[in-house]
Amino acid sequence: MNREMQKKIHKFVQNGMYILLDINSGAVHVIDEMIYDIMDYFDGKNDAEVTVLLAGKYPEAELQEALSELHALMELQQLFAPDIDVPPTFKQQGLVKSLCLMIAQDCNLRCRYCFGDGGSYGQARAVMSPETGCKAVDFLIEASGPRKHCEMDFFGGEPLMNMQTVKAVTEYVRRREKETGKEFKLTLTTNGMLLNEENIQWLNDNEFSLVLSLDGRREIHDAMRPDVGGRGSYDRAVKNFRSCLESRRGGEYDYRGVYTYLRGTYTKNNLDFTKDVLSMNDAGFDILSMEPVVLKDSPLGFTEADLPRISAEYDRLTEAYLKRHREGRGFFFFHFNMDLSNGPCVAKRLSGCGAGHEYFAVAENGDLYPCHQFVGREKYRLGSLDEGVTDKKWPQYFRESHVLNKGKCRDCWARFFCSGGCHANADLFHGDIRQPYEVGCEIQKKRLECAIAVQAVLKLEK
Amino acid sequence: MKHIQTVNQPTLQLTKNSGGCGECQASCQSACKTSCTVGNQVCESKK
Repeated sequence: MNREMQKKIHKFVQNGMYILLDINSGAVHVIDEMIYDIMDYFDGKNDAEVTVLLAGKYPEAELQEALSELHALMELQQLFAPDIDVPPTFKQQGLVKSLCLMIAQDCNLRCRYCFGDGGSYGQARAVMSPETGCKAVDFLIEASGPRKHCEMDFFGGEPLMNMQTVKAVTEYVRRREKETGKEFKLTLTTNGMLLNEENIQWLNDNEFSLVLSLDGRREIHDAMRPDVGGRGSYDRAVKNFRSCLESRRGGEYDYRGVYTYLRGTYTKNNLDFTKDVLSMNDAGFDILSMEPVVLKDSPLGFTEADLPRISAEYDRLTEAYLKRHREGRGFFFFHFNMDLSNGPCVAKRLSGCGAGHEYFAVAENGDLYPCHQFVGREKYRLGSLDEGVTDKKWPQYFRESHVLNKGKCRDCWARFFCSGGCHANADLFHGDIRQPYEVGCEIQKKRLECAIAVQAVLKLEK
Repeated sequence: MKHIQTVNQPTLQLTKNSGGCGECQASCQSACKTSCTVGNQVCESKK
């Protein structure tokens, strides 16, 4: 058999289902055990060999029937579809369309796993001035060229600690939208401590998408997310998030792609994180995400030895997700959300997150970095709002660091789903954005298998 | 088919020479922004 053909497929068993993914078409097939076994050997041209190899397990007539179905898929280019190269529409240089503003490099919580050193990013605690924020708007309008859609994420630290700049920048965005015809999508990530009736109403009126941080069960959240004085923050966060969600119910804010979701982080302390996802759902929230922490040399971080437990926990989460769905009380879990028929084009799958070429972070002082996680990693400083992008080599390097140019990604089955992983994590673990963070890759692949299985179940049970 | 059920209408091959308009949402993979990887996204032009 031709082993090269094995690189074009990925087969796996998830929640009792046999699944075959054709990597270069994106076709997902739910198969029976016989096809699963056949795909150990089948290369598209060796029917006789396969029939001999499996003659002791399956009747010949059944094997012939199964092989003819596989040939039908090949005719449709849904099995062993041709390899994909860089499309001609993948431009040499990216256009910047998204900025992350470090509105406050300061925070009112001291989360034990914070990658940003308690919000300061290894620098002096400071907040962004309204002038710097407005300059960032002008920078983005110019850098995005003919693109209509621009995005701005208000981030920190805790951005609500600097509401003055949040408001000034937003007012300026809305004015510049009218002048330029651009359409901005605004997002704000908050720990909820400073959410109140007044600023919730303001965020709603200004069509902000919100990312709200909650780690699940009270004891988990409080242990990981204490305030500056060391007190747990769960009760305050949940109270404010409930008020916020309540104010948004009814679809009034469900336009222009405005969303509100809760996101959590799991660490080595809560490898039973399904309980945390369900806890968030039980607390009245139904658009959820739960993320693995990324820490190097930390007792809270993960190593390869943790992968079997994490993998088993995703199996449990998948079961729990489907159970609640079948009971009519389903929730939205971000990583199981996948449109297998209307996903992004190949060019997008290569450009990935866009860090360093389509997406920059602006530090509170106006310095530019490839993304928020690179803020404070000085070798990656790209320039500033005043100087523009003075370092031309990094944007080009980030642009070209796509899955077809990275050794470990080129042959990975997940390459067109994950688009190569997080550059900042690769840099953290290997000092090289082209060397993916392996533990993160394994978690991502497991999560993708669960997501594909969930989508298959939902489709077949419809 | 008796042994295979295809659950989607795949489009990857259809866009290997097209697409790239760039109007879609950024897809940060960083956990603090919920690892919105491309696999979780929909093409902006198909919405």
